Parts: sequence; C-alpha cells; structure tokens
Amino acid sequence: MRRLSALGGTVFAATANGRQGTATMQAQVQTSGSSQSQPGWSGTFRGYDPGPFYCEMLRSAERSAAIARVAGRLDALPLATLRARAGDAETELYNLGITFTVYSEKDAIDRILPFDLIPRILTRGDWATIERGVIQRVQTLNLFLHDIYHDQKCIRDGIIPADLVLGNANYRKEMEGLDLPFGTYVHINGTDLVRGRDGTMMVLEDNARSPSGVSYVVENRHLMLRAFADLMENVPIMKVSDYGQRLHDRLCEVASPAIEEPQVVLLSPGVFNSAYFEHVFLAREMGVPLVEGRDLFVDDDRVFMKTIAGPMPVDVIYRRINDDFIDPEAFNPESMLGVKGLMRAYAKGNVQLANAPGTGVADDKAIYAYVPRLVRYYLDQDAILPNVETLICREKPALQQVLERLGEMVVKPVGESGGYGITIGPKASKAELDDQRAKLLADPANFIAQPMIDLSVSPTLTEDGIEPRHVDLRPFAVTGRSTWVLPGGLSRVALRKGSLVVNSSQGGGSKDTWVLREDVA
Amino acid sequence: MTRLLARYAECIFWMGRYVERAENLARILDVQETFSRDSRGAHDWGVVLDINADRRRFEEKHGQPSAQSVLRFYVLDRENPNSLVSDIWAARENARTLRPLITTEMWVQLNIFYNRVLTLGIDDLAEERLSRLCAQIKDGCDAHYGITAGTLYRDEAWAFYELGRAIECADQTTRLLDAKLLAAALREGDDAAGDVSYWTALLRSAAGYQAFRRRHPREINQEKVTLFMLCDPSFPRSVAHHLAAIEEHLHHLRRRYGLRAASRAIEHLDGLRDDLEPAKVTRVIAAGSVHALDDFIQQSLTELTGILGRAFFGWPSADKAEEPASAA
Repeated sequence: MRRLSALGGTVFAATANGRQGTATMQAQVQTSGSSQSQPGWSGTFRGYDPGPFYCEMLRSAERSAAIARVAGRLDALPLATLRARAGDAETELYNLGITFTVYSEKDAIDRILPFDLIPRILTRGDWATIERGVIQRVQTLNLFLHDIYHDQKCIRDGIIPADLVLGNANYRKEMEGLDLPFGTYVHINGTDLVRGRDGTMMVLEDNARSPSGVSYVVENRHLMLRAFADLMENVPIMKVSDYGQRLHDRLCEVASPAIEEPQVVLLSPGVFNSAYFEHVFLAREMGVPLVEGRDLFVDDDRVFMKTIAGPMPVDVIYRRINDDFIDPEAFNPESMLGVKGLMRAYAKGNVQLANAPGTGVADDKAIYAYVPRLVRYYLDQDAILPNVETLICREKPALQQVLERLGEMVVKPVGESGGYGITIGPKASKAELDDQRAKLLADPANFIAQPMIDLSVSPTLTEDGIEPRHVDLRPFAVTGRSTWVLPGGLSRVALRKGSLVVNSSQGGGSKDTWVLREDVA
Repeated sequence: MTRLLARYAECIFWMGRYVERAENLARILDVQETFSRDSRGAHDWGVVLDINADRRRFEEKHGQPSAQSVLRFYVLDRENPNSLVSDIWAARENARTLRPLITTEMWVQLNIFYNRVLTLGIDDLAEERLSRLCAQIKDGCDAHYGITAGTLYRDEAWAFYELGRAIECADQTTRLLDAKLLAAALREGDDAAGDVSYWTALLRSAAGYQAFRRRHPREINQEKVTLFMLCDPSFPRSVAHHLAAIEEHLHHLRRRYGLRAASRAIEHLDGLRDDLEPAKVTRVIAAGSVHALDDFIQQSLTELTGILGRAFFGWPSADKAEEPASAA
C-alpha cells in the first residue's frame, strides 16, 4: 500500500514499503532444505573438524533434526556474510553500551565481551537433565547452608570435615541461628557445567555468591533476533526474556508476607564496577531502583532509600557487593560501598538480602568435592549432574592415587580462586611436579585433584573460518519459595585455538545458547 | 510506584544541563569564529574566556590566548571541565548512571555522540572546519532533546531534566549576550555597521534572527536585541521563556507529585521574574548596566540550583559549593 504525504502543498509518494533492507543482508539463509546431518559439508563447514571432542553442533545434530537444520543453514551461508553480520553485531554491542569498562590512569576504555554468533544449541533432552540437576544442586546447597548455620548435623555425622566449614574464610558467624524465609540462602545461583568427550554434562564449579553473566544471556538473544532471525526461523527456541520478571517475583516471595508491594532494590558498587552494565540490566528488567550504598541508610533497624520525597522503606536487597563490604559496622570497617547497620536490620528480619551473607562456604573448591555426598545426605538421591571426577587429597587412598597419576592430573589448592596455584600435570615440568609432590605430602588437606577434562567444542567464527573452540555453560537458577532455571545459560567460549580457558579476562567470548522446546523439527 | 531516588534526580538534572552547556558553547564558538575580529581582522578569542570566567585558569596554564590554544581548550581539552569533550563526557556519564531510568534510545544516542566527539582532533579546529564542527555538536544535542522528548516517561524525572536544561540555557543566554558587550568593550573603532552585523550574528547563533525580524522588522540595536533575548517569552532561548518553563515544572512537582519542598524554589523564582519586567530591563539598558544584570541573573540561577539541591538532591543545608563539578 502506497502512502501519501503532503508537504508544503506538494504531494509526494513515499516508497512502497517505508524501509530499505540493510546493506549486510546480501545473502539470505536458506530456510528450507537439509534435515538430517550430512556426512559431507559443501559450504562454510567444509573442513571443519572437531577432532576427538564432543561437538555441540554436529554430535547434538544426531539427536535433533532442528539442530541438523540449523547446521545446514549455516553451512549454506557464505563466510563473508557471516563476517559482515558478526561485525554489525559487535558495533551494535558497542553502541548499546553492553560493555565493561577498563580503567587506566588516564582513560576509561569500553570493551565488549566478544560475541560469536554461531549459537550453541541444547536438545530438549539435554536440557531436561540440566534443569533437574541444577534444581537438585541448588536445593542441596541451601539445605547445607541452613544446616551449617544451625545444627551442623553434616559435621556431626562426619559427612564433611569441620575445619572446611568453620575454618572457611567465607563462613559468617553473624548468620548462625538466623532463620531465612523458605530456608533460601542462595537466591541466585550459577552452575558451571562442562561436557566431556562422551557427551556427559558435569559440574565444574558452583557460583553461589554473586554469579554474573545473565545479562549477556538475554542481550545475546536480542542481538541474535536482530542479526540472525533467518537462522532461527521455525526453530522452537525457549525464551529467555522473562528473566527479570521471574527474578523479581521470587525476590518478592522472600519479603515479609505482611507487605503488599515489597520494595526491591539492586545494590551496586557503582558505575566503576566492571559488571555495572549487568547491574543496570537487572534493575531495568526488574523495574526496580539501582542503588548504591550512599542511597541507603538504616534507622531503627529498618532500611530506607533517599528519594526526592524523603526516606522510603526497602524490603529486599539484591546486592552485587561482596559480603565484606555490605556493612562497615559488621564486616570491613573501611567499606564505602555498603550500608552501616544493614546486618542489624537483617538479623531482625526487617530486610532480606539476596544472596544471603555467608553463602561463599557452599561454592568453595573444597566443599565442591563433597557436594555429591551432600546430595545423598540431604535428599537421599544420586546427583543428577555428576561432579568432574575429584580426588580429595586429605583422604589417604585419594592422595595415593593422585601421587601415582600426578603427571595426568590438575591439582588445585582449595583456598585460592582465579586459577592461582594450579599445577596442570600434562603441561608441568619435572621440577614443577616434584615441587607439587612435596606440597601434597606436606599439606594434603589443602588440595584437590581432577583429571584433565576434554571440554566439548562448538563451531566458532575465527580468522581462519569456522573452527572448533572449547565451551562451557553456566545456567542460572533463581530461588524463592521454589527454584526456576532460565532455559539456556551463558555459553562461554575460549576463542584462542586449543585454549580451555573461557574467562573473559583471558580471551573468552560468549555465544547465544538455545534450548529447544522439542527435538523433532 | 517507587519514588525517584534523590541521586537520580540530580543526575538527570545535570545530564540536561551538560547537553545544554555543550550546545551553547558550540553556539558561542560559532559566533566568535564569525564575528570576533578587531579592526585589523584578527580574531579575539580571549572574549570567550571572559564569557565563561575562565581567563585566569586558562592563562596560568597556556599563557596568552591564541585562536589555536583557546579552541583546543574549549573543544578538545579533557582536563578543562568546560570543554565540549568534557561536557558530552559528563552528560554521558550521568546517562550511564541513569540507564535503568532513561530509554535505550537516549542512552545509545549519547553513547554514539560521545564516541564521535572522542574522535575529534586538532584538524577539526581549522578555521574553515570549525563552523561545521559546531553544527555537528548542535545536531547531536538537538537529537538528544528530540529523542528525550519523544521517549522519556513523564514523571518527576522529566521535570528535573527540564529544570536542568532551562536553568542552564537561561544562564547561557546571558553569557551569549555578554559576548557582544565584552567584545565591544575590548574593541576600538567600533562602528554602527559592525554593530548591526554583530547583533545579527548573535541572533543567528541563538537561532533567533528570523523570529527577531518578524517581531522587529525595522531596526536592530542593542536595546531591542537585549529585550528580545532576556524578556520575550515567545523566543524559546530567552531567559523569560526558560523562567516560565522552570515555574511550570516546579508547580508540577509541588502539585502533581506532592513535593512541597518546591515552594521555596518557586518563591525564589518569583523574585527573579520581577526583576526581569521589560520596563525594568529597559531602564537597565539605558543605564548601560546589562553586563551587571547578566551577572545577577547567573548568580540567581546558581542560587536556584542550590535550593533544588537542598530540597531534592540531598545536598547539605550549609551553603557550600556553588555547584558540584558533576553528579556522575
């Protein structure tokens, strides 16, 4: 339908359909055709070889016609088109300010988390296992936290050594005896999963303090919907866009039932924090104020925020500030980020904190090794998602095994994080192994050991065309009265060839993660 | 509905101010480029320093002002809080804080605008390019206002945004007017023809030339231009127009949002509006005291900001700094 418009008495005919195609849409993805995975690729995938690793695209395609179809569409897409779209997507991330800021003395530089636009797709079946497994794990962590801050049965029953709990730097005495609504300590949880060669999903790490990355899950999807709608056509993908609402609902659940409209706020360290974009995202998606410590104060054990109309009460705080900094009165007295008196208000039940202080005990490396036993202890079930095989060196037979297989094991000190103090057997020199052996013998309780894991790979756009790169997966679970798992999660990809390190600080990027509603196409 | 955080109110107030400040600085640079020449045709860029009360700060660091050094100071210098780069940076930093509140469209435009300003270099300051640069800045600012007007939810935040803009623009209009007065005072051999062309340029830089002509078809002189810029409520960059807007938004805050603390600001505004009665201003012009009046208006607007700060932004009641460098 042509539209007419009048301008200064002259009648113009506007273009037939107001919009023009964007320059980068030179080639359309073929939306019909190939249904089963083909033995030989003729297009962009030609020469793609995942080697001995589980390929998230090709191997999963064997179990899902929808994934096979997506692979076929990608194969038919010229590399130049993929590159053009990838370039547009990066520009868009930059313009939207989906960035983290790196500060040097003089400058503030905005960086984007590199985005690879070839999606990582999970079958309905895989997801069902992950979802149940994550819920089970979160349930266990919450029961464990309630236990250690109350009766400490797991210690008395000899399930877990007392020093790992009570001597843990993240154990908070202030939490002892406090009763939390629904026994929920970990409201927001991220479980890091990796997939081994045989396709089994395993837990590598729990993140029960302040897991980040969920904003990328949602923003990556928005980006894909704009850049790659033709790839998604007729593929039944579960939506991720309602994360904010679901989170808000659950945070309201833990507020006192007497409050009709609980006031939830998101407490951020401020614009200089590298995760500030995510804080903005969460506040916006939940429709709640993004506050800093200086916006809040405690009076008569109640928390208030400073508004133009005076102080207004706050009921639930989703805090993205570490335990040590939330209240200078209770913890680090130097903290400028927190709120004085917050823990007093919390202890009285006048405000809820998500996550609760003291959850750091549960996602500790030393505790991690015990989680499968805790699942059995609290729930009388087997862990649905197994741990990566982990040897607890404080246990004699395990230590013996580690010492025998030292050259093939990854040995990690339990107290450290961020990859410090790790010895990677296959890559270590003789001297390094000897050194590690001596340390193990001197203080075995300080170490756990895991075999090298062959992380699965996902086809990824690189300078040399489409190549396999290692990926992990962090699904996010939110818990109030019950637990809900966002379908998908953050797939991080190690962009460097052969690298197993997916961290953004070390050359990692991310991918959109699709969960199929059904496996048939 | 959740009440607006005091800090957000302050941030959006300053976001509006900084964009206005950038736009007006671009207008002042533009008019100077065209008209601030002495009888030998040399530019006198020192005037811009006086308008902004920056001369001492400038000379301590850069010595005698030259076209090159003044332009660099006002366009590119990130250490100068009054430069275009700094203004847009500050607007964007405030916007970053406000991202949960403002629309994505607003944020994206300011973000792209800022990133473009960052790419400006010394070449862009060349005489033949400066006017284009100023036009680009004005376009960026106008795009910001347009997107904001078209997308921002109309609640208290909008009122504070508009208050910030109106206060800043009123202040800047008096500075633009001062540019002419200061230039005239510094110059010798001023003639009537030069005068007319200067007033014309000034009106053009305030986008008011055509309107002025329609209002005063026959004559262009100091009295008429001054009255037009200060007292004509129909001219959107006049002080009178901005004071009316400020009053409207203050009334909104008091009545619609029940913020009684707005009363104090309304009282203060009443006083200033009395002093800007056209009859009174005419007498000031005749007495040759327009510069003093401009100073008075600027002072009064600074006081108004302080009143708003104490009433709504959580500023301490002891009257300290005139205004913080940035709310970001």
